[in-house]
Amino acid sequence: MISFDRVTKLYGETHALSQVSVTIKDGEFVFLIGPSGAGKTTFLKLLTREMVPTEGDIMLDDWKINTLPDSSIHLLRRRVGVVFQDFKLLSDRTVFENVALALEIIGKREPEITRDVDKVLELVGLENKKYLFPQQLSAGEMQRTSIARTIVGGPKVLLADEPTGNLDPETSWEILDILQEINDIGTTIIMATHNASIVNDLKKRTITLEHGEIVSDEARGRYHIHKKEHRTHKL
Amino acid sequence: MISLTTAWRHMRRSPYQAMAAILTMFLTLLLAGLFFLASTASFFVLKYFEGKPQITVYFQDKTSEESIHNLENELTATGKTVSIKYITKDEALALYRQQNKNDPLLLEMVTADILPASLEVSATDPNFLSDLEAVIKESEGVEEVVYQRDVVETLISWTNAIRWVGGSLAGLLAVDSILIVMTIIGMKIAIKKQEVEVLNLVGASPWYIRAPFLLEGGLYGLFGAGIASIIIGALALWMYPFLLTFLGVIPAIGSVLAAPTSAAFLIAAFIFFGGLATTGFLLGSIGSLVAVGRYLKF
Repeated sequence: MISFDRVTKLYGETHALSQVSVTIKDGEFVFLIGPSGAGKTTFLKLLTREMVPTEGDIMLDDWKINTLPDSSIHLLRRRVGVVFQDFKLLSDRTVFENVALALEIIGKREPEITRDVDKVLELVGLENKKYLFPQQLSAGEMQRTSIARTIVGGPKVLLADEPTGNLDPETSWEILDILQEINDIGTTIIMATHNASIVNDLKKRTITLEHGEIVSDEARGRYHIHKKEHRTHKL
Repeated sequence: MISLTTAWRHMRRSPYQAMAAILTMFLTLLLAGLFFLASTASFFVLKYFEGKPQITVYFQDKTSEESIHNLENELTATGKTVSIKYITKDEALALYRQQNKNDPLLLEMVTADILPASLEVSATDPNFLSDLEAVIKESEGVEEVVYQRDVVETLISWTNAIRWVGGSLAGLLAVDSILIVMTIIGMKIAIKKQEVEVLNLVGASPWYIRAPFLLEGGLYGLFGAGIASIIIGALALWMYPFLLTFLGVIPAIGSVLAAPTSAAFLIAAFIFFGGLATTGFLLGSIGSLVAVGRYLKF
């Protein structure tokens, strides 16, 4: 279980998050929505300890993330995987090698690595592209590689920071299908997104952030288009 | 093991930077190795001369044995001598033959007649040498007096010069090597910023990320030491006859040089080349440690 207890994060005088309290149960699929600068990425970065809160406590099961010693941060990151909008793949490694990286760092042996990587590549539908380099893949395939790398180590939580931001609608839905499959096997998923159609169609729990505060937390949420974004859309 | 493989891959992917680091390390270790050998040799030469009699009195051919014994008695009577050894002309010839046994030409030309008899005198205290000198000067039939002190002092000044110049140069080059390795590893960390970021995010331990960079610096040192060892080894092989003739008379050096397959020689070679490799590895590791500490903060 993940819990934020009155968490505040300040960047100088600016409140990135302000007194945020929220609980996410194991196995949930949660959308994190809100306009740019609302605090979605800060929320996710606090969960991976890329940042520490200015105030408040963040728990993942019995781990207090904000006071976790530096020497244990890597252990947290093995439990909390992240998928990014820009994929963050290593261009000099093949799909297989990119995914295998997550197992190499925990000292798994080669036969195990081969077995586990092949399994996740099959799950994300890249079993025939494992010897290609990232530059030889489409954006959707790159994102699928990124997801495979994140889940191959069996994280408890998967954070996705706008994973469909660079993808066309059809590919976005393919990625969502994969995330749904991962969620179905018990992995908690928190996905920050601007994609209204995905949020509206999937009807998952949706937390809306604005100016660093939670303005709504609905069990079967809908994407509330912010006025400013609406004006931009009209233009 | 995986860190070593990664370090090796880093080196292969930027060969020019690796070559620059290895060449610098090689020059540093070559110079340090040569100066260390020169300094060690001069130390043993010095010890050898320090252990020799402090004054050697050579007599004219016409000087009678009685006069020599009179001087010996006078010197003993001062109570300021530890030992006085009389070397006759025949004994001098025997010594000469022993020292030049490998050079028949030199042996043919020398007979006992042309070698002087001598007294080898050791004082109880170096401060008494001037008192003994006064006694010797009053004696008749003395041809030449050699003071070991002069030889030792010259050797000390040479040894100190070698240590000072060699130490300073090796020290400067060591600092230069550390700075170059630090710069190269720093550049590599900057180039691999994204890889480091990804490794961090997928949960690699700090040691897992740092180790290849640390090892890379150490490997530069090891390769540099390897090349320096080959060059020093080849030089030693080329100069072997000269070294044996020139330094072979010094027991501590001669015993090692005389038998290149002996345990003493092999142990000395192992310690020297092992020391060179360790020094190289440490220098490289220090350079990369500084770079890692400076550029890999997490």
